[in-house]
Amino acid sequence: MLEIRDLHATVEGTEILKGINLTINPGEVHAIMGPNGAGKSTLSSVLAGRDGYEVTQGTITFEGQDLLEMEVEDRARAGMLMGFQYPVEIPGVKNIYLLKSALNAQREARGEEEIPSPEFMKLVKEKLEFMRMDTSFLQRAVNEGFSGGEKKRNEILQMLVLQPKLALLDEIDSGLDIDAMKTVSHGVNSLRSENRSILLVTHYQRILNHIEPDQVHVLIDGRIARSGDKQLALRVEDEGYEWIHQESAA
Amino acid sequence: MSTETFLQHLQERVEQGAPEWLTSRRQSAAESFARQGFPSPRQEAWKYTDVSRIAESRFTLASDAALSEARLAALRLQVDDAHRLVFVDGLFSAEHSDIGELPAGVVVEPLSQALMQGREVLGSQLGRLTGEDFSPFAALNTAFAHEGVLLHLGRNAVLEKPVYAIFVSRTGESAVMSHPRLLIRAEQGSEASLIEHHIGEHEAANFTNVVGEASLDANARVRHYKLQEASQSEYHVSSMHIDQQRDSLYASYNLNLGGALVRNDLISELNDENATTEFWGLFFGQERQHIDNHTQVNHNAPRTYSNESYKGILGGRARGVFNGRVYIKRDAQQVRGYQNNANLLLSDRAEIDTKPELEIYADDVLCSHGATTGQLDENAIFALRARGISQEMARGLLTLAFATEVMEQIPLAEITERVERTVAGKLPDRFNLMGVVEDSDA
Amino acid sequence: MATEEMEQLVQREYKQGFVTDIESDTVPPGLDESVIAFISHKKGEPQWMLDWRLEAFHQWQTMKAPSWAHLDYPPIDYQAISYYSAPKKPEDGPQSLDEVDPKLLETYEKLGIPLHEQAALAGVAVDAVFDSVSVTTTFKETLAEAGVIFCSISEAIRDYPELVQAYLGSVVPRGDNFFAALNSAVFTDGSFVYVPEGVECPMELSTYFRINAANTGQFERTLIVCDKRAQVSYLEGCTAPQRDENQLHAAVVELVALEDAYIKYSTVQNWYPGDEDGKGGIYNFVTKRGDCRGDRSKICWTQVETGSAITWKYPSCMLRGNDSVGEFYSVAVTNGRQQADTGTKMIHIGKNTRSTIVSKGIAAGRSNQSYRGLVKMTPRATGSRNFTQCDSLLIGDQCGAHTFPYQEIGNSKSTVEHEATTSKIGDDQLFYCQSRGISEEDAVNMIVNGFCKDVFQELPMEFAVEAEALLGVTLEGSVG
Repeated sequence: MLEIRDLHATVEGTEILKGINLTINPGEVHAIMGPNGAGKSTLSSVLAGRDGYEVTQGTITFEGQDLLEMEVEDRARAGMLMGFQYPVEIPGVKNIYLLKSALNAQREARGEEEIPSPEFMKLVKEKLEFMRMDTSFLQRAVNEGFSGGEKKRNEILQMLVLQPKLALLDEIDSGLDIDAMKTVSHGVNSLRSENRSILLVTHYQRILNHIEPDQVHVLIDGRIARSGDKQLALRVEDEGYEWIHQESAA
Repeated sequence: MSTETFLQHLQERVEQGAPEWLTSRRQSAAESFARQGFPSPRQEAWKYTDVSRIAESRFTLASDAALSEARLAALRLQVDDAHRLVFVDGLFSAEHSDIGELPAGVVVEPLSQALMQGREVLGSQLGRLTGEDFSPFAALNTAFAHEGVLLHLGRNAVLEKPVYAIFVSRTGESAVMSHPRLLIRAEQGSEASLIEHHIGEHEAANFTNVVGEASLDANARVRHYKLQEASQSEYHVSSMHIDQQRDSLYASYNLNLGGALVRNDLISELNDENATTEFWGLFFGQERQHIDNHTQVNHNAPRTYSNESYKGILGGRARGVFNGRVYIKRDAQQVRGYQNNANLLLSDRAEIDTKPELEIYADDVLCSHGATTGQLDENAIFALRARGISQEMARGLLTLAFATEVMEQIPLAEITERVERTVAGKLPDRFNLMGVVEDSDA
Repeated sequence: MATEEMEQLVQREYKQGFVTDIESDTVPPGLDESVIAFISHKKGEPQWMLDWRLEAFHQWQTMKAPSWAHLDYPPIDYQAISYYSAPKKPEDGPQSLDEVDPKLLETYEKLGIPLHEQAALAGVAVDAVFDSVSVTTTFKETLAEAGVIFCSISEAIRDYPELVQAYLGSVVPRGDNFFAALNSAVFTDGSFVYVPEGVECPMELSTYFRINAANTGQFERTLIVCDKRAQVSYLEGCTAPQRDENQLHAAVVELVALEDAYIKYSTVQNWYPGDEDGKGGIYNFVTKRGDCRGDRSKICWTQVETGSAITWKYPSCMLRGNDSVGEFYSVAVTNGRQQADTGTKMIHIGKNTRSTIVSKGIAAGRSNQSYRGLVKMTPRATGSRNFTQCDSLLIGDQCGAHTFPYQEIGNSKSTVEHEATTSKIGDDQLFYCQSRGISEEDAVNMIVNGFCKDVFQELPMEFAVEAEALLGVTLEGSVG
């Protein structure tokens, strides 16, 4: 599904990622943790295709395609969708318009017809219900005046409607109260399937109690310093990152 | 109209030994004034302000600066820890002035003395920012340029005490005109404050026509407080021209309480990155006062900033005008410009004409402006009444509160107290705040 | 997104250039009393109408073209213009849609314009289109039943002289301004609507339903009168690019609303804007004014302006009646070398009058756009309110957006609020849409439509859909 090989990236001339290697197979859920400044958000940004991040070395392959050569919208259409840490507000653009445009763009890329409106509404309403969101939400402008929790739920709703092959969730849990986190996790867990993968980038172990990862990677100083299963996350939660530092130095 | 009547006095002021550059600059300014004539309301910039009362009057030039200590003391602010210059009807009064000690690299002088000293800065500064045709009034000022204030700050010079320039307009047998010139040259890293205080004796009916030019080099900081408390019969016209280099700050606090007919122009040129202009204004008109404030901020370079807030309170048959313009030059990206004008009308015969303009030629900018005119918040009045305060008193208090946003910006208590007292004391009887804010106008 | 890309994105060419090879029955260029007499005679007008025109002409001769607008165009030689051309004969135009430029039809298609209207717009002889005739006949019957008069201004002068005499020039006097005076002297076409007391007009009236609307004319004159408690919604223009061989347009629209009447006037203007260098576009100098004469009357102007090289237009409301309401909703899009100076005037005269102004300006390319508005509260207009929201969006760094709001407040019991912002489409907003798989072009389109939402929701439904599509076509670029 996703294959990152020896990825180096710089921001304004400073090297932040210093050789990342990561393989995510279909059906797997991976979590990347790490202290502040380790390069988590840089990795997310490079995957999402943001400007200002220069890949100086290495490759990223998504479903056999060179991800770094793909435009932002093409990544989404090909099935790699990003859930943002800080979803932007877009005044005046209704959520329902965004959802429909995005879904149709994806279908068009696959050579399919536009989705008929009744079918679309049925789909969206079903997902809304699942996310415990009111239908009035569809008529509101994208993220405008949303609370932090609402914004995150909106990100997951988009995932549920657009059904990506690979969902990247960047700090999806930060700033959420426990109820909102349960709803968000519930949504993410419903995405789990044999041929879909999920990559969680997170600062906190807490969310991993709700979304159980197959693999946990600890990112330190631009490299994956250690990989393991859920136990690794628990140990980090208890002991911090210092021990990994020391062990890798040793 | 009658530009000749104004220029006929020019001969009286031609002093011996004026430098050649000044004589020729005055000469061409006089020509420009005659060419432009007085503005008519048909000109967009003068649409709401008719200056024919000035044009049709006759003014002479004052011949002496006599003023008793008591008369001055009754008018001036008690700002004692300052470099003080006093002008009476446009003439410098050495007797009342006390410039005091100045740090190295700083010149504070009346313009007439600076001319005698042959200060080089004058030649490069005078008229540099006004040009010749900015307005007929500015040209008239240049034609008569003779007296005023020179503030020259050398590199990294910091003037801790403010410069306090007092312009007194006397009651006299015949109306006089004066043309004070303010020249500010702030070199890199320098810093100073200027208080420009116009005061008039009761019923003084003179014409004060001020022009100021301020050049701020990199990282210079100048705060300019103007408190205009002319009599209700005075004509007051002024223009202030500001030129700013990178990282500089110019903050203007333009407080207009007096005058029969007042017109202020403020123009700032932001010429390099991170230069910031702040324009704060308050105008308070009563009876038949006419107060017109025109401001213009020209963002000529990327990443320059401006912030402007003008508040107007108008009662009686007073008329207020606000015209604020924010201009952003092509390619001046990432500019932030904010402008706001809020007005309060206390009487049905008062009028406000406001025009906040944006003229924008760059796309990556954030600009906003707003203008509101309205009444006091009835909910707030209710809240005060619920605490036992009378309706009238509540209105008075809220009117004063309306001015607070601007007043809060001013760190000099002498100025804010004076303004509060004047506003409180001149509110219509029904809002009278005597006893709440001590009356100083007696 | 890089500026060049953005520029590319908004670059577009007008889908249909001028068609100049159509012959017409014209008077020689120039304007004097004999030309006016010729026009009046051709129209079969009574003497009083000719006198009225001549009076306007004499006033015009003493006037100068206004120069205060933020517009830059060469002086117009009014003696080089021909002031009358006879209506086109059916055989001059294309005989069927097959003869029409396929690109034009493609644009119509994108805008979702029905086939029979496509034909009318493209100048296909209307008689050949059966649909149109039957539609026209049906709607004439419906209006007649309700007692609504809807006809050309020329017919009205002939058939309803007392109504025309009572109201023509009563809102926009002959000498109101240079262009209004010119129009008063030489107008040749336009619409007349009268809705009698208590009648709610049973259908939306639209200029291009009118049979002679295919040639909407250079000096249009429209007069709409709504009697007490009457209501009408009037649609002017259409989203489709319109051809016209006349460069100068100077229309006058007068609206009169008596007690409790409501007039909604919606415009979509998409005249030819000129080529990339700004050559050849329409100069559009329009005087539109509504008079809320009766108490509790209401006039609402809604406009979507995307065409013309020069636009000079300030649909206004005179709020005379107590408790009367004026509204102005505007979207203006300029691109290429277009220049628009547009806005509104709300003159509050009656007590407790209310006005709302929502103006959205989008400037792209090398265009310049100004909002110019006046809100005036006279001393009598106590208890009145105005709210103005005025936003500009800039696309590209070679355009300009300006705001010149005038407020003249003469009483202490009114509230006037004005808010304005200028911004650009945020890169982060585009990125967000793109990361959902939406192309840059569609993202710009969605954001622009969102920006204009407050105005579109004021448009009649059929117009609203077309207007959204129009913005899409307008901002369609060469990307991809």
